[in-house]
Amino acid sequence: MSAPTITADSITATADQPVQFYDLDEHAHPEGHSTMLGFWIYLMSDCLIFAILFACFAVLGGSYAAGPAPKDLFELPLVALNTAMLLFSSITYGFAVLQMQQGKVKGTQLWLAITGLFGLAFLGIELYEFHHLIEIGATPQRSAFLSSFFTLVGTHGLHVTFGTLWLVVLMVQLGKHGLIAANKRRVMCLSMFWHFLDVVWIGVFTIVYLMGVLR
Amino acid sequence: MITPQPAPATGPFLGKLSLDALPLHEPILVVTFIAVAIGGIAVLAAITRYRLWGWLWRDWLTTVDHKRIGIMYMILGLIMFLRGFSDAIMMRLQQAMAFGGSEGYLPPHHYDQIFTAHGVIMIFFVAMPFITGLMNYIVPLQIGARDVSFPFLNNFSFWMTVSGAALTMISLFVGEYAQTGWLAYPPLSGIAYSPNVGVDYYIWGLQIAGVGTTLSGINLIVTILKLRAPGMGLMKMPVFTWTSLCANILIVASFPILTATLTLLALDRYAGTNFFTNDLGGSPMMYVNLIWIWGHPEVYILVLPLFGVYSEVTSTFSGKKLFGYTSMVYATICITILSYIVWLHHFFTMGSGASVNSFFGITTMVISIPTGAKLFNWLFTMYRGRIRFELPMMWTVAFMLTFVIGGMTGVLLAVPPADFVLHNSLFLIAHFHNVIIGGVLFGLFAAINYWWPKAFGFKLDVFWGKISFWCWVVGFWMAFMPLYILGLMGVTRRMRVFDDPSLQIWFVIAAIGAAVIAVGIAAMLIQFGVSIWRRKELADESGDPWGGRTLEWATSSPPPDYNFAFTPVIHSLDAWHDMKKRGHQRPVTDFRDIHMPSNTGTGFILAAFCLVMGFALVWHIWWLVIASFVATIAYAIFHTFNYKRDFDIPAATVAAVEDVRTRHLAAGA
Repeated sequence: MSAPTITADSITATADQPVQFYDLDEHAHPEGHSTMLGFWIYLMSDCLIFAILFACFAVLGGSYAAGPAPKDLFELPLVALNTAMLLFSSITYGFAVLQMQQGKVKGTQLWLAITGLFGLAFLGIELYEFHHLIEIGATPQRSAFLSSFFTLVGTHGLHVTFGTLWLVVLMVQLGKHGLIAANKRRVMCLSMFWHFLDVVWIGVFTIVYLMGVLR
Repeated sequence: MITPQPAPATGPFLGKLSLDALPLHEPILVVTFIAVAIGGIAVLAAITRYRLWGWLWRDWLTTVDHKRIGIMYMILGLIMFLRGFSDAIMMRLQQAMAFGGSEGYLPPHHYDQIFTAHGVIMIFFVAMPFITGLMNYIVPLQIGARDVSFPFLNNFSFWMTVSGAALTMISLFVGEYAQTGWLAYPPLSGIAYSPNVGVDYYIWGLQIAGVGTTLSGINLIVTILKLRAPGMGLMKMPVFTWTSLCANILIVASFPILTATLTLLALDRYAGTNFFTNDLGGSPMMYVNLIWIWGHPEVYILVLPLFGVYSEVTSTFSGKKLFGYTSMVYATICITILSYIVWLHHFFTMGSGASVNSFFGITTMVISIPTGAKLFNWLFTMYRGRIRFELPMMWTVAFMLTFVIGGMTGVLLAVPPADFVLHNSLFLIAHFHNVIIGGVLFGLFAAINYWWPKAFGFKLDVFWGKISFWCWVVGFWMAFMPLYILGLMGVTRRMRVFDDPSLQIWFVIAAIGAAVIAVGIAAMLIQFGVSIWRRKELADESGDPWGGRTLEWATSSPPPDYNFAFTPVIHSLDAWHDMKKRGHQRPVTDFRDIHMPSNTGTGFILAAFCLVMGFALVWHIWWLVIASFVATIAYAIFHTFNYKRDFDIPAATVAAVEDVRTRHLAAGA
């Protein structure tokens, strides 16, 4: 059967009104129109990785193997300070997006830089904490609790590290090309990524640290 | 009894790698290596001789065209299928021989690698590339799109899959593969009991390929949601697109779990953590739970797109619209959701207690309801249809008869008390081969026979197709029915030698069945060869050789780079059937420039870096791990500085391509 031939069916078909079967006046999809949805779905897949790490912590979080427990290890004031760093960085990222919407390249870059500094501060405090724990013998190898603690918190930290690297790359790209559509899209993607890490951290702070100390 | 073994020595420059890693003492592997090397050199020489490197690089390796990527996925699946089947036939031969004091011909170390590699390769590097390739090729055409949403990502996903497959294949000749079974349960897969590189090859091969699978899942979901032609509401999508959407949702919702789980196993092996160890608070059963939370959705990822294929084929070859389209869609969605709450049926024997086992037993049995609804829909579609028994339809009927048996043994296994008897027996092996071969493979063969003319412009040879069909179907029943019987008698899986001589006859029958399947595979390869040879006689100029009903048949075969010169507008389900019925006029003038994505070598290069990184991780070559990691990140960043990623196909070129089609259609009319 060849393609546009009229088949027996068409005799009975209602061919009285003209039907348009092709979009003759087509406009190309705007570039990157699906990126936000795609990136959102990526974030949800990443969220699942964290979900598994949280689940492992929930299962193994009490398996101290006669080693140190959260009460012996966590210093809540330090963690609170760290949480503040990350929350501030989310606010400053919001300011960067506001600057972007007003079309100010320099302002966007400035707030991104401040966000990056808060990110680095967060990472610095986290590394200090890890270093301290390992020094007193609370290593990831010591117990299943510590394995799942270091992996969950470390995976989050790794994400912040890559987010910071992305931030630097984006600032360079903004300097090179300004606020073109592609760059605006990238700023929005990183924004989603950054706030997502914030949300995950709220979970870490609550479940690992606060509830851990209560345990 | 397995005892912990000491870890092998490592050096600073080559890590654990040394000449001892080459399996020179295994004659089977040496001969295989020589054959592969000769074949590989011949292919490379031929490409050089005919000056095809430029063509290969420009038109294929760097392509972002979903159709070419789809074909490359299919080729990858086919090559890996031959490897996976070689493993299968070696196992069948070993088990048929190893009776009455005979050790067979495979030593334990080798046999254990074979059954592991067989499972891993067949699922990850055969079935997954096949269905991903199929979805890649067909979905954009069915929804009237010009490409997927993220064409570069598509290319990258493909090469990551290849990279994972390559790492798995390297293990054949450098070092060893895992001897743990295809899901690598700890503590056996932990560093204490598997101190060598086998499990590491397993982990990194799957991690690299898993990145590709997840990204391609995201890509296809967005494509289906965002790029449908005007007028195609969700309930006007072809069933294959629907089942693809659900399969890709399952991919995105389950592969990250595999990634996380294998990362934890890797941490246990590399960093000495205690997630799945027996001491210091670790829990090996947590691994079993986690891996099956991925693993059960995975089998539905494999079979759902093929349910879509059967729907398209049944409707086309019965000359009717599909019976119960809406119920088909809802059945698919039900299966998608249910597939998430059944994972524990893989280990009823773990001892979770009666109530937990009952819950998972019941949810498992419930899945058979939407699946049964689908089967009745296909039967009612055939009822009073003008059925044409072309090859795709033959495979579909074979599927219906075979899959129902596999489904029923599945319901048997879902009953926890029955499972306590049948767990890990050959009954289980027979069951899942019954559904995977009868459901996934038969569907793929239906799909290949159905859409081959679309991809290449000529039909497949029927004679060799029928020989392949009958050998496969008969061979399948001969190879796997004996395993049901053996399983009921209590024979467990993965055994290398047997004591009871009365069992041998069943293994011999199974081995003969495997040989018949081998003839079926050979006939299929001959079918491809003969069809390519006779492509002039088998040619189809119309683009619609079967009287198809969905949009992919509205364009030429093979479709032009841009798929559709003008995007179709959809008014009903079975859009192309509707267009034919109402005498649509194909526009032949006033073509416009078409905006298309440009090719890029970035995906290939990044995946190559990842392959090197995987190899270095396996062998603990730390400097190379760092170097290839930095190279991967640096090159990815470099790629983001390229803002010019698309071009326009000029209207004149479109007009020239479309004029050829106009002439072909006129000649055929």
